[in-house]
Amino acid sequence: MTQTLNLPPHVQETDLAGLLKQMWQIRYFEEKVDEFFAKGMIHGTTHLAVGQEASAVGSIAVLEDRDKITSTHRGHGHCIAKGAEVNRMMAELFGRTTGYCKGKGGSMHIADVEQGNLGANGIVGGGFSIAAGAALTSQMRKEGYVVLCFFGDGASNEGSFHEAVNLASIWKLPVVFICENNQYGMSGPAKEMMNVEDVAQRAEAYGIPGKVVDGNDVFDVMNGVGQAVERARNGEGPSIVEAKTYRWKGHSKSDAKKYRTREEEQEWRAKDPIARLRDVLIQEGLLTEEEADQIKADAKKEIEESVEFAKDSPMPTLDDLMEDIYA
Amino acid sequence: MRELTYLEAVREALSQEMRQNDDVFILGEDIGVYGGAFGVTRGMIEEFGPERIRNTPISEAAISGTAVGAALTGMRPILELQFSDFITIAMDNMVNQAAKIRYMYGGKGKVPMVLRTPAGSGTGAAAQHSQSLEAWMAHVPGLKVVQPSTAYDAKGLLKAAIDDDNPVIFYEHKLCYKTKSEVPEEQYSIPLGKADIKREGTDVTIVATAIMVHKALEAAAELEKEGISVEIIDPRTLVPLDTETIIQSVKKTSRLIVVHEAVKRGGFGGEIASTIAESEAFDYLDAPIKRLGGKAVPIPYNPELEKAAVPQVGDIVSAAKEILNRQ
Ligand SMILES: Cc1ncc(C[n+]2csc(CCOP(=O)(O)OP(=O)(O)O)c2C)c(N)n1
Repeated sequence: MTQTLNLPPHVQETDLAGLLKQMWQIRYFEEKVDEFFAKGMIHGTTHLAVGQEASAVGSIAVLEDRDKITSTHRGHGHCIAKGAEVNRMMAELFGRTTGYCKGKGGSMHIADVEQGNLGANGIVGGGFSIAAGAALTSQMRKEGYVVLCFFGDGASNEGSFHEAVNLASIWKLPVVFICENNQYGMSGPAKEMMNVEDVAQRAEAYGIPGKVVDGNDVFDVMNGVGQAVERARNGEGPSIVEAKTYRWKGHSKSDAKKYRTREEEQEWRAKDPIARLRDVLIQEGLLTEEEADQIKADAKKEIEESVEFAKDSPMPTLDDLMEDIYA
Repeated sequence: MRELTYLEAVREALSQEMRQNDDVFILGEDIGVYGGAFGVTRGMIEEFGPERIRNTPISEAAISGTAVGAALTGMRPILELQFSDFITIAMDNMVNQAAKIRYMYGGKGKVPMVLRTPAGSGTGAAAQHSQSLEAWMAHVPGLKVVQPSTAYDAKGLLKAAIDDDNPVIFYEHKLCYKTKSEVPEEQYSIPLGKADIKREGTDVTIVATAIMVHKALEAAAELEKEGISVEIIDPRTLVPLDTETIIQSVKKTSRLIVVHEAVKRGGFGGEIASTIAESEAFDYLDAPIKRLGGKAVPIPYNPELEKAAVPQVGDIVSAAKEILNRQ
């Protein structure tokens, strides 16, 4: 099994069926959000990660519970992979008090600091230095945890990327910068917005390892991120891992997707990371078709229940408005 | 006369300026085929091409700094920030460079650039995409600050901003984009520093900015039914500020309410109120000046809380009755 799947040693204990389940949860969560957004029942805007399930799930699968993540505006998948309850996530999107941020944060700001999710972020590039800082805490207090910093190809063009990666590198901070290169920053094609092929190449400028993995292959992601996490945990400093993937949907609500072609979309849909994992698990005899179908059905049911939970949850009152500004 | 939306009026001003002056160009994220985050530049790349409608990477610091450099050397750049919140990332270039260059160089050199950006709450985008930070910019000597409330004003003020030889911050309130007014097809300019009396009245002066102008007009219509006559002044530009028009109005009505969406604490309303307190109009006041502004809270996601965080029509109505002692 290890041979065919090429898994790093510590991954052998991974609950592979659990990975598939999480990926389905993300897929269904995003589709529900899309549906309710279109119906006008979800406020604001949303950035969906349909098609990018493997990079979120694969990266976080190699973490220990004590490890931390920072996420992005496209953060639902990261939150679910880090163990967020879908009920509380859906409730947040419905603006309810039972949501992760009591209805005050919404889609772009889901966080669960106690569980090591230091937050999705509405500011592109907002997470880089926060991740470095959390890694600094780990280093200074010898806590041994590692921080995974998710970011997009577009975000790597922000100054904050370069400053934080440099700092993390000179201080050998235990952080892994994981780029989900879905080919576009909003409408800007990655290949026009930087003069290098891979974001991972930028690692060289900071004297740290940079590695490209297949972002639609959960095992390849686990391998790449697993090695980087190990290095970070051993005190050898940060790395950049770049997962090449694709977002199936538009950037956000009002995206006519004029910047890309149907053919390109179809090509990537054919590389569906969920179908791919399912096929491998069945081929390897690790899962029967029936079991795989059951996992899918369970995930779907949980997401449907999360909508009920959200709808049944109370709205905040005006008294809640001024709460939580200061500690 | 034909009507345009505010958004169309901004686009028309941009296009007309670009047609008549080759030095004018636009740079920003997703302003090409995507047409900008709110669609203001939609279609412009077809007419002007990618040289002058320059799609940039997600790099607000580089975009703003490049604009400063281009302006200093003879171009007239207009940069678009997708949300005014991201001014934080452009802050060094706007505050330490653009605003100061002319003065520091003893009047040698000028920085004719415009930073256009959507501001304000009401769209459910939550705390990192909903702020009104105009008071920050108004605080800095060397920057001009414009806040149009109508389509007509937006077109004329944008022309004046582009023609101005100084750095101008041009705030477009997101909720104003769909509002309509009569807009002449030909080019016209509204001088910076000239307030507009949006409605004449005798009992109370309301100075309102951006979307609050519309809310004040609604409030005035309601108050009229109760026999209260409201005068509404829209300063249109905070820097320079037309204090004279406000003073004259207060002398006429003897009562002043200032209303803006930005947080009241440290907001520009304090500046207007103290300007009146320091002026000859002070002796005419029959009641203490009232300031209405946003609560000192980050803009929450939940729609009801979001509304409660900033002044609404009902708040303006109550304030007017209170100041007239007519509850
Ligand atoms: C500082 C800042 N600039 C611009 C934006 C608007 N914006 C939100 S997401 C996005 C694209 C981000 O692209 P990328 O980092 O590649 O992530 P992806 O959306 O592809 O997941 C942009 C421009 C923002 N939220 N913050």
